[in-house]
Amino acid sequence: MKIKSLSRAPAPAGSDVVRQPRNLDPSQHPFERAREYTRAVNAVKMERMFAAPFVGQMGHGHVDGVYTMAKDPGSLERFGSGSGDGVIKVWDLVSREEVWSVRGHENIVKGICWTPDRKLLSCATDKTVKLWDPYNTESKSPPLATYLGQGAFTDISHHRTEPAIAVASGAISIYDLSRPASAPTQTLRWPTSTDTLTSVSFNQSETSVLASTALDRAIVLYDLRTSSPLHKAILNLASNKVTWNPMEPFNFAVANEDHNIYIFDMRKMTRALNVLKDHVAAVMDLEFSPTGEELISASYDRTIRLWNRDRGHSRDIYHTKRMQRVFSCKWTPDNKYVLSGSDDGNIRLWRANASDRAGIKSARQMQKIEYDQALIRRYSHMPEIKRIKRHRHMPKPIKKAGEIKREELNSIKRKEENVRKHSKPGSMLRQPERTKMVLGTER
Amino acid sequence: MDQLDKISGQDTEPSNGQHRQTTLARKRPTAVLSQEERERQRQVAEARKKYGRGRPVRLNQVKDKKLKSALRRIENKYQDAVLGAKDAEILLENQSGFLQPESALERTYKVRQEDISEAVSVQQAKKSFELKLDLGPYCANYTRNGKQLLLAGQKGHIATCDWRSGKPGCELNLNETVRDAKWLHNDQYFAVAQKKHVYIYDAAGVEIHVLRKYVETSHLEFLPYHFLLAGVENSGFLRYTDTSTGQIVAEHPTRKGPPTALAQNPYNAILHVGHQNGTVSLWSPNSTDPLIRIQANTGAVRSIAMDRSGHYMLTGGQDSRLKLWDIRALKEVHSYSTRQPATSISISDRGLAAVVSGTSTTIWKDLLTAGNSSQPGKVQSPYLNYHSSLGTQVKPNTVGFCPFEDILGVAHSSGFTSLIVPGAGEANYDALEVNPYETRTQRREAEVKSLLTKLQPETIALDPNFIGSLDVRSAEQRAREKDLDAPSREEEKMAMLKERNRARGKNSALRRHLRKKGGKNIIDEKRVRMEQMRHEKSEREKERITGEKMELGPALARFVGGSR
Repeated sequence: MKIKSLSRAPAPAGSDVVRQPRNLDPSQHPFERAREYTRAVNAVKMERMFAAPFVGQMGHGHVDGVYTMAKDPGSLERFGSGSGDGVIKVWDLVSREEVWSVRGHENIVKGICWTPDRKLLSCATDKTVKLWDPYNTESKSPPLATYLGQGAFTDISHHRTEPAIAVASGAISIYDLSRPASAPTQTLRWPTSTDTLTSVSFNQSETSVLASTALDRAIVLYDLRTSSPLHKAILNLASNKVTWNPMEPFNFAVANEDHNIYIFDMRKMTRALNVLKDHVAAVMDLEFSPTGEELISASYDRTIRLWNRDRGHSRDIYHTKRMQRVFSCKWTPDNKYVLSGSDDGNIRLWRANASDRAGIKSARQMQKIEYDQALIRRYSHMPEIKRIKRHRHMPKPIKKAGEIKREELNSIKRKEENVRKHSKPGSMLRQPERTKMVLGTER
Repeated sequence: MDQLDKISGQDTEPSNGQHRQTTLARKRPTAVLSQEERERQRQVAEARKKYGRGRPVRLNQVKDKKLKSALRRIENKYQDAVLGAKDAEILLENQSGFLQPESALERTYKVRQEDISEAVSVQQAKKSFELKLDLGPYCANYTRNGKQLLLAGQKGHIATCDWRSGKPGCELNLNETVRDAKWLHNDQYFAVAQKKHVYIYDAAGVEIHVLRKYVETSHLEFLPYHFLLAGVENSGFLRYTDTSTGQIVAEHPTRKGPPTALAQNPYNAILHVGHQNGTVSLWSPNSTDPLIRIQANTGAVRSIAMDRSGHYMLTGGQDSRLKLWDIRALKEVHSYSTRQPATSISISDRGLAAVVSGTSTTIWKDLLTAGNSSQPGKVQSPYLNYHSSLGTQVKPNTVGFCPFEDILGVAHSSGFTSLIVPGAGEANYDALEVNPYETRTQRREAEVKSLLTKLQPETIALDPNFIGSLDVRSAEQRAREKDLDAPSREEEKMAMLKERNRARGKNSALRRHLRKKGGKNIIDEKRVRMEQMRHEKSEREKERITGEKMELGPALARFVGGSR
């Protein structure tokens, strides 16, 4: 008779390391799903507990409202802003202190942008464009160059590589920075349009294409090489800002007065790629993240929202009692923080992912964070987790405004459905949501 | 070389203007597989049988391209995980014990404990010991990791010890009847069902809590993943308490009188309560009625035990029969006969069953494993026998296998005996789940982690994996089920059948349905409704007949028929 009994070798004496053998047999691990689900609930609750997106404000802010901001694409630290009293300040993102400032204009600074060689351009409603050098000159020093225009300027954008800028007023004026002369080298306008352009933006990937939005509800695309406009699309309401996707050169997004954000493909302007709906007042500013996957929007309803470009609703909302109407927002180049400039004169720095923490994490910590994120994704369809994940505190007026808006939209929809039900089938065709806002296009 | 070129015509130069035949990059689905591919498929199938969770998704039925590619990525991940788990088996260090007869005449049940003690190592032989105690028939309970042992004598003696090293833990003399004692989630706390109430003690023997809601509890069970202490009382009440918060989670009256047995199914945390009339009812804290009632034995159910995977259940009844039930299919598989009623049963990690009947302890092997067909075959002879050296004066009271060890603990009327049973314990444990060699810090960490993943009592159901699965019933069906007054689908179907069926008497559709669907011994909610319907139908028949009799008068009443 062969007899053998189970015996385990004892741990070697004097060793500090404790052995933890594993056995992956499922019969040794009962209630897998239930335990994983419980961990997912804990993970989503912890994520909400750690959500503290506000980091701080920049220095002491401006005196008047901040209406425009620009980040230096060549630097991770410098960042410029222009306010309503004509003051331009440059900030250091790391210390959140003011580095350089000047009272550059007599009127509202409407547009600000950086050149590839680290100089700052600003345009204002006093019909001037000024060139500054914040790195090498002191505060309150005079501009390096001034360009005069015919009408008040509303926005400015710089070409990716050439020393050319596009400034928007009644038409787009292209100035050549290498020439100190004041006259614009080109003027681009849609032949039949007369209204002011509210924003202009150079495509940083497809470098000779620019887009503009105007008060006549039009979005116009231009090409520098042919010196002519390409395409015009008219929406239901006017747009406040156009921004290009840095990763997909043919996609751009517009921030519209009808509280929505539309993402368009420039090759087919009859239909939007996506409609982002969540704001309850006009969207004033918009920017794609450096990865091109997400967006930040600043709205007249005192909030900024973060979006994923694939989904239709925002993934997060940031607000503070002290932040009044937000007129500008920007993403920092490291994709981790966002900035908002608002009417109360402050520029606030927020985290892009509210529960993230900067700092070096150990491997175990990283693993736990990634495991938690994977768990939340895995069980995101469960009602408990969905409810906790999307729970945000919103200011009462915005919540109320959202509810009223929803009710009214439902009632309009209901009435439309009733009319459709009682009319001849085929007489009222359904229109896709993504084409509803486009009134018409012209070439 | 030339000959080879001629033979393999496919890769040679095109001749006579024929097109060059290139081998297909992708194999056709019905192509014959090569040796390696067949081998690999076999490996994947084997790994999936042991480590797979659920069936793979059929990708050729998915039309949406993006969904298809996403699903393919997920399926590949699952396959990698399954193969990785199979490969990780190489890291398992220990092998389980065995008792192998060398010649055809040798029988394993003839081997005595002394022979085993001589044949195994000194360390193992030390694990077989006997404790002589007075103060009543004892019941023994090992902790989840098998480290500590709790002995409770009916006359009020409680003792805990680390049985491997012989270090005593605590010792109490309560001077009142003790009916049952169980460890809680680790070796720091244990619960004792005393004469009136249930008391919870510390590892040092200090009384921490009195659970006054429990009155005359006869059996206790602890659900480790839910932190629920369940006790069933002489009045038939089943109570669940959450030991981490102290709340009573549920109190259900079993309504069958004093229960005779209690066991938990480690796979889905359902409690099996055995009753005087031979039924076993399955309880979860979420419903006031039992989930299922099984007519297991003719006499009272004396003992119940379940295997680790929750597939099979052994019940021993007063009718001296030991029945093997398949819980998932709800069918009786085998029925064995014992000399005396089986008063205690325990099933080890590896499927060995220890049965106490009368004064002997018998251990059976392969009761639960598959025979030639998918069902277990009937075992003819036991694996091991044990008779106490003190003879028939010593009556074994309870048995319990020590987790992760080849040890069976028999608590009897005059103490405790620990027996070596080769091949009983699971050889390779998972330290992150239950660690038999845990240090103090590991014990604390494990306690915190298990509290963080404490499961809610709402998740206790017959199928523990229902969480996260989609509810595929349509919205209509859900709304219909919510409306309790509306007739259920079964009743509607039966109503339709009734209308159609014009046959007389015995072939009623209802009876046919009952005969086909309901097993004789299983009662669940569907069957209860069927029975109710049959009862109602017979009542209606009776009323109709009496009505007609009254109408026709006494003389013509004899002509009233039995059924339409």
